[in-house]
Amino acid sequence: MPPQSIISRPVYGMLSPQPGREHLFVADAQGAEAILDMAAAAPDGFFAGAQIVYIPRDADPSLAERLKALSPAMFYEGPSVAAAMPRLRQTLATARMGLRVYLAGTEGLIGQAMQAALEAGIDHSSIQTEHRGSLARRVQCVHCKGITEDVTTQPVTCAHCGLLLFVRDHYSRRIAAFQGVCINAEDPSEIPPAEEAFR
Amino acid sequence: MSTGTTKLDVVVADIVTVNDMVKRFHFRRRDGGLLPTFSGGAHVVVEMQDGDTPRLNPYSLMSSPLDTREYTISVRRDDAGRGGSLFLHQRVEPGQAMVISYPVNLFSLDLRAKKHLMLAGGIGITPFLAQTAQLSAEGGAFELHYSVRTAALASYGGELQSRYGRRVSLYHDDRGEQIPLDRLLAAQPLGTHLYICGPSGMIDWVRGRAAALGWPAEAVHYEHFSAPQPGLPFTVTLAASGKTIRVGEQQSLLEAMEQAGVDPPYLCRGGVCGQCETDVVSCEGTFLHNDHWLSEDEHRAGRKIMPCVSRFEGNSLVLDR
Repeated sequence: MPPQSIISRPVYGMLSPQPGREHLFVADAQGAEAILDMAAAAPDGFFAGAQIVYIPRDADPSLAERLKALSPAMFYEGPSVAAAMPRLRQTLATARMGLRVYLAGTEGLIGQAMQAALEAGIDHSSIQTEHRGSLARRVQCVHCKGITEDVTTQPVTCAHCGLLLFVRDHYSRRIAAFQGVCINAEDPSEIPPAEEAFR
Repeated sequence: MSTGTTKLDVVVADIVTVNDMVKRFHFRRRDGGLLPTFSGGAHVVVEMQDGDTPRLNPYSLMSSPLDTREYTISVRRDDAGRGGSLFLHQRVEPGQAMVISYPVNLFSLDLRAKKHLMLAGGIGITPFLAQTAQLSAEGGAFELHYSVRTAALASYGGELQSRYGRRVSLYHDDRGEQIPLDRLLAAQPLGTHLYICGPSGMIDWVRGRAAALGWPAEAVHYEHFSAPQPGLPFTVTLAASGKTIRVGEQQSLLEAMEQAGVDPPYLCRGGVCGQCETDVVSCEGTFLHNDHWLSEDEHRAGRKIMPCVSRFEGNSLVLDR
């Protein structure tokens, strides 16, 4: 768990089974392990009302198999978060109260899935989250508004406008991204070395 | 006086008998101006001087928030109560000058909701009259389910049905009708917020079923003003003021402090808002917690008390007040 530095910096917990009629899990990579750990504590029949949306990324393929072995009502495996989002939005748009949401994995995955859940009218504090795996960040450039995915260095070059950005802990749930601000606006010739900061 | 209790000088513009149990009071500003803006779910504290006894009772505003020329409240007569509602029913006349607090909202709509599901029991209908007026002006989606004893006692049931049609459902106890709670709770689209106002048994029932069916607490809102319950007299030492006072059988701890010249903070006087929360310095005895503010753990720990509705039985109690 990264230390709390600024109030908008998200704080993640540990997944735990909630009372509900349906359960929607969204996870990527090592996030699968959070679901598997929680499953050990879940009541019998819990996954009969569950949907799992999983993006394996570069994780061990056996994780997907173990998730399927939980026998959820529906299991979807997708190549990327972007590819899974329309399905997730569709599920949320037709869902009823009593659906509980569980997000596990990288901050980028948790943030984007939470953004969709917030749009569907779920309060962020009622969503279960657990961070697993990479600390890579989704960063929005405050200058061009472009989003750069999987940022691991400090500073980072904006993938859209090319400015060199300082990645702040300032986080937006609405945009699902950390804020990146030009680090050398006064003297663009000054280029601090990029160091790995978010592994 | 106390925190957040700025007063409004009003006159009783009209009193309307709604049915055998309920009267409606219309308040206008004495200087003829507009009253402060409020939002649906807000209440005011009405001040009454009943002989030697000052009474301060909270009532939900039921008039439309879009019209601030007057505030209206509906008061159900409680023959077994402490006397506030009887005073309003029997002793207040049109044209009388009264003092009420600024409106305070502890039961507001969450306007991020995709839909509002409202459950009312009896006189608990009043905040929903204001909220439905507010929502229908904004085009907000709502559904109101209203449980009443009999058709004759269904205050505003007919008005609400003619205003909002099928968005309003009535359930009559004497016809054996009951809100189909589980079916309702299971059928709501994601993003619905639930609002409950009625007797405490109804609130507990609905909250319990909602939690069991997976409604997160953030989407469940309720309001129940508890009238201070009478009880055995007890003695309290107020450490900060250096006073020892006696709380009478029919008096609340808050009222006893006020009578002794101590001015503790308050807002709702019904165990809801948290404003009068008071630290316990020491105690030897049992608390009778009647509030909806402190958690169950806090009730058990006995280190805090809400003097507006809660009491004490035992040998000694010292409060930091």
